[in-house]
Amino acid sequence: MSKLFVATLLITVLVTASAAMGEPLDAFKDQKGVIDISGGTAHIPVMKEAAKRIMSTNPDIRITVAGGGSGVGVKQVGEGLVTIGNTGRPLKEDEISKYGLVSFAFAIDGVAVVVNPNNKIAALTTQQVMDIYSGVIKDWKELGGEPGAINVFGREDGSGTREVFAEIAIRKGELSPSINVVSSNGAMKIAVAQDKRAIGYVGIGHIDDSVKAPTFDGVIPSQENAAEGIYKVTRHLFMNTKGEPEGLTKLFIDYIFSPEGAEIIKESGYIPLPAEE
Amino acid sequence: MNDNKNTPLLLKVSAVYVSSLMSAIFVFIAVCALDGLLRGGPSLFGSVWNPEAKKFGILPMIWASGLLSLSSLVMGWTLAVGCSCFIHGFGPRPAARLLSLILRIMTSIPTVVYGFASVFLIVPLIRNGLGGSGFSWLTASLVLSLLILPTMVLAMDSAFRTIESETSMTSAALGLTAEQNVAMVVLPASGKWVCSSALLGFGRAAGDTLIPTMLAGNAVQYANSPLDAMRTLTAHIGLVLSSDVGGTAYFSLYVAGGILLFVSIAANLLLRLLRRGPR
Repeated sequence: MSKLFVATLLITVLVTASAAMGEPLDAFKDQKGVIDISGGTAHIPVMKEAAKRIMSTNPDIRITVAGGGSGVGVKQVGEGLVTIGNTGRPLKEDEISKYGLVSFAFAIDGVAVVVNPNNKIAALTTQQVMDIYSGVIKDWKELGGEPGAINVFGREDGSGTREVFAEIAIRKGELSPSINVVSSNGAMKIAVAQDKRAIGYVGIGHIDDSVKAPTFDGVIPSQENAAEGIYKVTRHLFMNTKGEPEGLTKLFIDYIFSPEGAEIIKESGYIPLPAEE
Repeated sequence: MNDNKNTPLLLKVSAVYVSSLMSAIFVFIAVCALDGLLRGGPSLFGSVWNPEAKKFGILPMIWASGLLSLSSLVMGWTLAVGCSCFIHGFGPRPAARLLSLILRIMTSIPTVVYGFASVFLIVPLIRNGLGGSGFSWLTASLVLSLLILPTMVLAMDSAFRTIESETSMTSAALGLTAEQNVAMVVLPASGKWVCSSALLGFGRAAGDTLIPTMLAGNAVQYANSPLDAMRTLTAHIGLVLSSDVGGTAYFSLYVAGGILLFVSIAANLLLRLLRRGPR
């Protein structure tokens, strides 16, 4: 009796589980059409994986994913060139009013200050980072590191990562004009990984062995700490559509908010957010 | 203009299509740049770029574009004259052929390949050997001079070839060696072309975007030393465009574009004037 009970229970669980797993993708059954996505580079791994899963079970759906940055995402979705434009920052008021865009925050991404792995510095404070980026501190020896001029790297105007860094990490502090500017997380990692005296910042999801993230005000910049709100230098990632999404586009956005979507977001190095009702 | 009434329709269409497209671009940029000038006013010609504080100074970028393209031109052009002379008489035949082949291949290498390879090869070399972060005026200039080299050599090469075919017999009859022929006859006779190839190179150097974006560091400052970072007008347009849209910083880009267009038109007009002059 009990064996049968256990078996029944097991089957029930399995069936429910597989139904739950299959359910988000089932919504795309018999759908056809095209979704074009562009914008923030941080979103790309999430969008690509979701697109792959949807397209491999539904060959009549075609989803293209491109980067370009938050600005490009806004512009292209606003002008109807793509169906979903991604941003790593909330939309500006004039962007919403000009294009009639609707935003969906789906993940949290943290931004961390990074240095070369050979740098001895293991901890930095807000004040120190502010002084480095405003040009007050110019040499690593002032921070107790190996003597040598600090090579400071930043991101371009309007980059979502830069915005999180400038507004939260250094509290809108002054930025020295002599900061070197790179235009992506990848380029930042290459610059810092190569240069023993470099300092820069990247999205937490991009931290790997090539760079080192010292503690910031005593907190380790990790996804866990960002999710729990202990690590404060974070931003939300948004999908934006022109007007309320319909049809296939709505299905795609619902999929990102499904349990399977959350899994993809986690695998990409971010923390999933629930859908706003 | 054209008194041939039998011009095929398709040829007319393509001619009209291209010229109207080009004039549309000119007019568009000119109008937008003027609008930008009116809106930005004197703040455009300041030294501070800080859109949040409504400071849209693009002088450091203009300065950087000028410095970088001129320094690259000096290096590239000198090399180009050297290469051309090597190919046409100074170098041994097989080496000359090889150099000529390499230069032709160089024209087909995408700019981004130069940029990416340099990030890993030249940037660390400059950083460890000379100091700074390695992303500097010098780095960008070295690579940019290589980039514009083949264009200039090919332009000089065709001039050398034409003149050589006219003078080689006479020179040989006078007892001049191949080296003497190049140095004393061909090079002076093709002076106009050697100068106009410099303008070609200048146009490419001033207009290139990827090399300065990837290698010059993009800091908005006046570069005082070759090891300082700089941001050119082209890199500036690329960087601001890649992530900001509709903001107030936007109009200054048209002014930057207008300046670039103006410089390249001026260079082209100069080129035409040079070529038209008596040979």
